[in-house]
Amino acid sequence: MRTISFAKAINEALHQIIATDKQAFLIGQGITSPWYVGTTTVGLIGRFGPKRVIDTPTSENCITGVALGAALAGMHPIICFPRMDFMYLAMDQLANHMANWCYMFGGQLNVPMVVWAIINRGGEQAAQHSQALQAVFSHIPGVKVVMPSTPYDAKGLLIASVQDGNPVVYIDDRWLYEKEGHVPEEHYSVPIGKGVVRREGKDITVVATSYLVHEALKAADNLSNVGIDVEIVDLLSVKPLDEKLLFKSVEKTNRLVVVDGGWIHFGLAAEIAARVSETCLFKLLKAPVMRVALPNAPAPASSALEKVYYPNAGSIVSAVKKSLEKRN
Amino acid sequence: MNKKEQKPLSLDLPRELLRKMYTTMVTIRIFEERVASLIAPKKEITTPCHLYIGQESVATGVCMALKKEDYVYSTHRSHGHYIAKGGDLKRLMAELYCKKTGCSRGKGGSMHIAAPEIGLPGSSAIVGGTIPISVGTALAFSIQSRDNVSVAFFGDGAAHEGVFYESLNFASLKKLPVVFVCENNLYCTHLPITSCLADPEIYKKAQIFHMPGVRIDGNDVVKVYKTTRKAVEDARRGKGPTLIECLTYRWLGHVGPSDDLDKGLRSKEELDCWVKKCPIRRMKKTLLKHGIITENEIDKIETKIRAEVEEAVAFARSSPYPDESDLLYGIFS
Repeated sequence: MRTISFAKAINEALHQIIATDKQAFLIGQGITSPWYVGTTTVGLIGRFGPKRVIDTPTSENCITGVALGAALAGMHPIICFPRMDFMYLAMDQLANHMANWCYMFGGQLNVPMVVWAIINRGGEQAAQHSQALQAVFSHIPGVKVVMPSTPYDAKGLLIASVQDGNPVVYIDDRWLYEKEGHVPEEHYSVPIGKGVVRREGKDITVVATSYLVHEALKAADNLSNVGIDVEIVDLLSVKPLDEKLLFKSVEKTNRLVVVDGGWIHFGLAAEIAARVSETCLFKLLKAPVMRVALPNAPAPASSALEKVYYPNAGSIVSAVKKSLEKRN
Repeated sequence: MNKKEQKPLSLDLPRELLRKMYTTMVTIRIFEERVASLIAPKKEITTPCHLYIGQESVATGVCMALKKEDYVYSTHRSHGHYIAKGGDLKRLMAELYCKKTGCSRGKGGSMHIAAPEIGLPGSSAIVGGTIPISVGTALAFSIQSRDNVSVAFFGDGAAHEGVFYESLNFASLKKLPVVFVCENNLYCTHLPITSCLADPEIYKKAQIFHMPGVRIDGNDVVKVYKTTRKAVEDARRGKGPTLIECLTYRWLGHVGPSDDLDKGLRSKEELDCWVKKCPIRRMKKTLLKHGIITENEIDKIETKIRAEVEEAVAFARSSPYPDESDLLYGIFS
């Protein structure tokens, strides 16, 4: 079994997508820069040239519209935002145009477009270079949102996003780029809308995405030492959400901690908690659903504050313990 | 501009083309007048309609210079572009009734008209919204080595939006086959252009981005056609984009069939002056004078169009509304 890094898996997916799909191209600010996107785009410009790998001016709203217009003429653009924060500059094209286009014209025009959104937090980058906006985009109808956590899913979900034929926001996290994992060499896809159980357990369900899946796994190892058996559900797709997998796990454990890298209020964790509460699972719950997410504050610069700002295995352990102490 | 004598139309074009231009402009006019009558007093059409009366020469002149495979993107004031590009009247009228048979299946209404089969992949009600999208289509044509051009229609209000400048820059930087058509009707909703732009000569913005920009009399359909034809030829030859600013005027208010005079937004003198410069009457006079068309033929054309528009109204009236089950259809393909 071949093992490569998360960043290399994205790079390999991009190479294979552009090589095999004549309509695919990569566009965005900084994609040929030596630092904006890590090593994920290495070798692309040299292999495919500036017509299929287009580094752009910092005109985010325009370039998003450009990707949309190219999709409407039959292309399969992947537009890259090297920081998710910059997507706010393109909200008009993302939310008013891309997301609405199919529905607004009665479903006759599809938008085969991937928005590759990179979370790049930490390192004292502060409030405008650290945001994880999955809840913002998941809120908008007409957009799918995926968040891979392993190199295998990073490659397979990127390929699936391009093949989907609809707007897909593909969110990755720079904190994952060095993670190693098994990645087949061939061109393959991972289905959108399907999560996986990363660890089976009987006492409590922890649902997480992206980087926090790894923190949840660390937490589970830690908790197993004190006899707590945690089940970890990795959603992989935030939207559509794999309710079936989530509900099945909660049905088994009757306890739920939702872990999200976005802000705690009005976010992904709240949505998942609501979905569980709205169903007959509510009466099975032995404790209130707990949320582990960012506090309701912008990202601070100081590393002293970053340490307490970002959730980690420790915060997941605390939440699990609290949940097990509580009773409905 | 308002008081300047109008030049006679230049006629060194095929007779059939000139007649087609005339017919298209009259179709837009009759269609829009009928829509106005159905909004008020009848209240049969209730989706907000931004009518195109007075500007027919712009959509017509531009679209006559295009191939079917060329794409145009429209705005909230979209009916004229749809008709000039060759869209079906019944499906347009049905969309204004928000019926299932409409060109956007009752999901778009007047501001979201699409007819991909004739090269109109959509209209946006966000000012300037389709400008970058049309640039993206031009980029696709360039990557695909297709011999097509993309056209962005937009109003003078779009020149107040940042994305307009971003789009001119990117299109010129990459020498993309796109034509920017600014329909300067002198008002951005209720505000006159002089209250919006420090320099209201929009065509000059092109110079900053090293691309040609021209201001023309938008009520001269032949001039619009010839200017667009040159821009399209340049675009097809890889010479990049052109910005064409067409000076024109909407006879009605920003939205709906009222002329907004009662609201004090503009003067009757100004409106009267522009009504005198009616692009259709001007074309008609010239065609008659040069024997390209006869009064009898004009009557026949108008009678035929009126019948087609009535057929479209009957079709729209008798069409079903979308079903409840359509509500969640079409969010994704």
